[in-house]
Amino acid sequence: METKQDVLILAIESSCDETAAAVVKNGRDVLSNVISSQIELHTLYGGVVPEIASRKHIEKINQVIGESLREAGVALNEITAIAVTYGPGLVGALLVGVSAAKAISFATEKPLIGVHHIEGHISANFIENKELEPPFVCLVVSGGHTHLVVVKDYGEYEILGCTRDDAAGEAFDKVARTIGLGYPGGPKIDRLSKEGDPDAIRFPRARVDGSDYDFSFSGLKSAVLNYLNSCGMKGIEVNRADVAASFQKAVIDVLVEHSLNAVKEYGFDKFAIAGGVASNSSLRAAFETECARREIAFYHPSPVFCTDNAAMIGVAGYYEYIKGTRSGYDLNAIPNLRLGER
Amino acid sequence: MKILAIDSSGLVASVAVVEDDITIAEYTVNYKKTHSQTLLPMLDELKHMTALDLHTIDAVAVAAGPGSFTGLRIGSATAKGLGLALDIPIIPVPTVDALAYNLYGSDRLICPVMDARRDQVYTGLYVFRKAAGQGEGYSMCTVEKQCAVDISQIVERINELGQETVFLGDGVSVYREQIADRIQVDYSFAPACCNRQRASCVAALGMLLYSNGIAETAADHAPDYLRLSQAERERAEKGIRQ
Repeated sequence: METKQDVLILAIESSCDETAAAVVKNGRDVLSNVISSQIELHTLYGGVVPEIASRKHIEKINQVIGESLREAGVALNEITAIAVTYGPGLVGALLVGVSAAKAISFATEKPLIGVHHIEGHISANFIENKELEPPFVCLVVSGGHTHLVVVKDYGEYEILGCTRDDAAGEAFDKVARTIGLGYPGGPKIDRLSKEGDPDAIRFPRARVDGSDYDFSFSGLKSAVLNYLNSCGMKGIEVNRADVAASFQKAVIDVLVEHSLNAVKEYGFDKFAIAGGVASNSSLRAAFETECARREIAFYHPSPVFCTDNAAMIGVAGYYEYIKGTRSGYDLNAIPNLRLGER
Repeated sequence: MKILAIDSSGLVASVAVVEDDITIAEYTVNYKKTHSQTLLPMLDELKHMTALDLHTIDAVAVAAGPGSFTGLRIGSATAKGLGLALDIPIIPVPTVDALAYNLYGSDRLICPVMDARRDQVYTGLYVFRKAAGQGEGYSMCTVEKQCAVDISQIVERINELGQETVFLGDGVSVYREQIADRIQVDYSFAPACCNRQRASCVAALGMLLYSNGIAETAADHAPDYLRLSQAERERAEKGIRQ
């Protein structure tokens, strides 16, 4: 009788400011998940500096990969395939992971699988929710992305909407900067909001004309700026917690409404969130309440799998591997890679 | 000793396998495709063409800077991946030194010039000195260590030294006229067969460095850019002004 061999994916992720590697077994079992964060370094500059990020990646990449293998208790020759993020992201940063992954694939003669970063974020939901299977609707919200996606099958996506300007996380960062909270804005606004009144200031809930599922956050950002300016001119003291809470509520309202309308329209009973902003506690609470009310099963990854990590790339890489996806040694980093494109 | 060498520091992508004093294979491309698309397919071609067993490689030599930041990282990340998978060390070879090594045995002053943008060049000055005994080789001596300077500065230094000079490198086409305008000594430009980065030079020089104890683990290796990132530079300048 033939025994089914375990599929072990070594996954590498370096698309932004985290150098990460993981070993994932059979698509759902995370044996290791090592992340070297550069966040403190970039805080000095108020945001991610691409050249500095790339330099850090190359310093850390081997340690991180080595640690992921050691933690998993797996030797490199036991690995089935190498998965690596090849876009979207910062090109210089992506190239470090892509180049290293290609060299490892070449030297070990293991298959190479280029993985889409957003596909990774979506797949993070499979790690802790063993019962979750497509189809479902997923909202991906992070510093660089705001996508509303139908996950039709593993590796098959239909993009319903995305942001026309700033990503949700970007809006958090910018507003955090204007009220003096600093970088990274998401967690800081989340924390300060707990002390504020979300209904204190009525910021606009932006719609994009002619598109039910697209997002726009630059108007909201301007509204916050205008509010702060007018307070300044009138000599009114600004309550930063109220601004944070009201801004956050405006973002969340739009995300919840668009997402759950899509779930209803497409007739699914499952909904998931993914990406760095998906670890925002108020966003989760809002979705939890609304999904419960509408009898929709709500899924979300733990915070560690929301922010950039390689475990999610390993999961996505596994399903691509099963489908037969293979990348060549000419695999390049593609900074503006679209979901569903190869 | 068998060395696999990589140079992707400039416009050229080059890979080679050198065993002792024999270049088994070398593949050099000077074409507009990005190194990320060419380097590994070139290595793969070289491996198949020479039935190379990668496990017979003793070390990876890489042009470790200066050069294009992204190009250097593609080379270094490739070297690091190979080093990790094959469990072999990396020999970091200074890019400008390896470029000068093209002109082994020349009795002129050698001046590699790489376009470093921002009106600067990556350059250095080298001479070859013959060892005393009959049949002994030349050793390359550094007159000016590799650096990032204005082209006028390096030409001035050449004028000071007053020696006939051979220029080479991808910066020549950019700075040819400026060199001609300023230089006061006899000079020439190296021909196409030896005027660009070549991985066999990186390997040969790498082997010398290795015998002098220069090597690092694949984990520890990182390029030597010779320059801070723009953000770091601006931050440092701001610090000085304040």
